[in-house]
Amino acid sequence: MNGGKQKRVIPGTTLFDGDMARKGYALNKMCFSFNSAENRAEFLKDQAAYCDKYGLNAQQKQAVLSLQVLDMLAAGGNAYYLAKLGGIFGLDMQDIGAQQTGMSKDEFRARLVAAGR
Amino acid sequence: MARIVGGINVTHVPYIGRAIANNLQQDPYWKPFFDGFPPIHDWLAKVEPDVAVVIYNDHGLNFFLDKMPTFAVGAAPEYSNADEGWGIPTLPPYRGELDLSWHMIDALVEEEFDITSCQEMLVDHAFTLPLELLWPNRKSCPVRTVPVCVNTVQFPLPKAARCFKFGQAIGRAIESWDSDARVVVIGTGGLSHQLDGQRAGFINKEFDLMFMDKLITDPLWVTRYSIPDLVELTGTQGVELLNWLTTRGALLGEVAKVHGNYHIPISNTASGLLAMEIL
Repeated sequence: MNGGKQKRVIPGTTLFDGDMARKGYALNKMCFSFNSAENRAEFLKDQAAYCDKYGLNAQQKQAVLSLQVLDMLAAGGNAYYLAKLGGIFGLDMQDIGAQQTGMSKDEFRARLVAAGR
Repeated sequence: MARIVGGINVTHVPYIGRAIANNLQQDPYWKPFFDGFPPIHDWLAKVEPDVAVVIYNDHGLNFFLDKMPTFAVGAAPEYSNADEGWGIPTLPPYRGELDLSWHMIDALVEEEFDITSCQEMLVDHAFTLPLELLWPNRKSCPVRTVPVCVNTVQFPLPKAARCFKFGQAIGRAIESWDSDARVVVIGTGGLSHQLDGQRAGFINKEFDLMFMDKLITDPLWVTRYSIPDLVELTGTQGVELLNWLTTRGALLGEVAKVHGNYHIPISNTASGLLAMEIL
């Protein structure tokens, strides 16, 4: 898909490049709509129907309905757009970080503090 | 001609908006961050800029992935903030500086930077929060503004060397503007942080401190790194340091540090602050 070029591998990290932007377009477009309070309310009323309205594929829809951030990223989600979805559920960046790293929120926070020492 | 009084680079974590709204400046979590600003407030009171050129990246408020300019320059009489979807307070509009906007657009295209000009432009937390931090407790921002947006979101991103040269072209544009205005250049974002993936929470203090130091003494140092190198060294969102580098470029020549601060963590981010004046 990327013209046969070798991609840089950085463990635990996905570069949001053209391949990911193509793959995740519908998902990110749905998340972009969450800038509007009206759209956030509509999503909460019927999440599956809202995903369908934006044409999410099965992988994206499943990831959204189960609120699994790593799955959303694998389906082409971009961190800044997914944060808008996280906000609907009151998830902050430490909640999202903890979920992705399999830590408790306190453990994740402690690791951030430790990085400053 | 207009004069550049200096540059300020500062973190733009959305969470800061909530801290300001709730007056948490003296809260133990926030104090080490907010304590970095008073010396810069004093310096701003001394150099009295009339205009701020703000170099930042949009996070899906004005630009969606449908159209993603590498470099965009605002040319609006006023810039509004709006709901970004994650519950931080929306701030009142900021005044534009149309004469400088169009002078910059003309000068940048003349220098072969084919920017996107924006006669309507919403500005997100990456533009608004640094202004709130630099001029706090005011009903309206005292400077007129020109937003400059750099794509740090969707790859390919502009290379570090390209951003530095873009900054230099911005600096030359400001200095050739027929005005007696005093202009401060503000770069926002960073420093090291990664929000997404199994490596979420990644921070690189050693690199950040080196970057802040080299930005003063040897700004081309960071151009040895490719964009993927910078992601590896600073995190997927740490690449926002490109805005800092662009700002440094705009200062044209030698600079001295006015004041700096570095604190870990604010949210998931290593927060940095660096004010520079031109020698």
